Amino acid sequence: MNGVHDMGGMHGMGPIKAEKDEPVFHERWEARTYVLTRAIGAWRKWNIDTGRYWIEKIAPADYLRMSYYEKWFVRMVNLLVETGLVSRSEVESGKPDPGSKKATPPLTEDRVPAVALNRNIASNLDPKIAPRFKTGQAVRAKNINPTGHTRLPRYARGKRGQIHLDHGVYNFPDTNAQELGEHRQHVYSVRFASRDLWGAQASPHDFVYLDLWDDHLEHG
Amino acid sequence: MSPSRRGFMAALGSAAAAQGSSDMDDQQTDHEHQLVPSDMTLRVKALESLLLEKGLVDAAALDALVDTYEHKVGPRNGAKVVARAWMDPAYKQRLLTDAPKAIAELGFQSTQGDHTVVLENTARVQNVVVCTLCSCYPWTLLGLPPVWYKSSPYRSRAVIDPRGVLKEFGLELSPDVEVRVWDSTAELRYIVLPERPAGTENLSEEALAALVTRDSMIGVAKVAA
Repeated sequence: MNGVHDMGGMHGMGPIKAEKDEPVFHERWEARTYVLTRAIGAWRKWNIDTGRYWIEKIAPADYLRMSYYEKWFVRMVNLLVETGLVSRSEVESGKPDPGSKKATPPLTEDRVPAVALNRNIASNLDPKIAPRFKTGQAVRAKNINPTGHTRLPRYARGKRGQIHLDHGVYNFPDTNAQELGEHRQHVYSVRFASRDLWGAQASPHDFVYLDLWDDHLEHG
Repeated sequence: MSPSRRGFMAALGSAAAAQGSSDMDDQQTDHEHQLVPSDMTLRVKALESLLLEKGLVDAAALDALVDTYEHKVGPRNGAKVVARAWMDPAYKQRLLTDAPKAIAELGFQSTQGDHTVVLENTARVQNVVVCTLCSCYPWTLLGLPPVWYKSSPYRSRAVIDPRGVLKEFGLELSPDVEVRVWDSTAELRYIVLPERPAGTENLSEEALAALVTRDSMIGVAKVAA
């Protein structure tokens, strides 16, 4: 979707505010929001791409106004209701619905060390899936404008680049985020000259590398 | 239910319905200690107790998770990898060709299956890492990303004006240095191997690691001796 989350190349966002000796979490509710999201993730009711998509679905004005973990909180509530883990009436009442059965949490303390730092991203899922492009080959990012999730940012669409590296086979987020299938395919690091992306204002010595999937690319 | 709890949950429900809240405008910048619990504090508490009551999450697991992200990961882990690469050219070679395996050699098993790629900075090449679409970051090795990395100003500008961004971090590059910006659009996670500063030939690996900053491993700073 052409959402405000796809902000590479936008102007007017202001200066970068780096904080000295920044804590991991500024507020306890941020820490709780983060770990609740991780713990609920153990139910495997949605995949990582779906999770990203539901952040993008936050309305643009809200997206820009809300803090990072506020967005995580809203996503969690919405996905809990969407997947049926929590009912809308439970969200409204704050109590389990009468007669609802108490579940057993899939993530217990003893499993935390194994789970907390394991991103568990599948790759090279099927070595039989052949790459469509070779290292060094000239490519063009497709000019696509899907209304759903995509990992091809607007600023690269229609632009020429070169295959820098083949990373192997991964799920395709553009379909996986909407439960339309994993459509496993090769992911490449694609090198774009900044001048091809931004015109003459860019330095001839600058390059941008994006990781793109077979379905994002055509022969350049 | 107590009236106050009902209030929290009503607020929780309205957050979900509106996908936003009107009174949180300053959340990103306002981290002052507050005596009165904030709206978000109450909403998250309400949700957490609902999820606990429903048996969807386990209280001890939640605490263990917080402890992990606050104390067990962080840029010190990445700094150890950098220092080893500076000390040991063979290790550096392994790190640049198969980072997950080389990182696991130091005992950071978490990065197995993490699809980490290490990018080497030199006098001629400056690598910079960003995620323009969300907040992808090599957190299993560097810890959770700082607020600025996830912020709109950095995400919007790093790809179109990397030299301007670096200047804001106090790093002015010569015009002929090649700048490579890595937009983390897939599941690969990029870490920069910064240049070893001059005058550190006699330092121990531990002393070298102490010099390595988080920002230098994102690529927005150099390591100072």
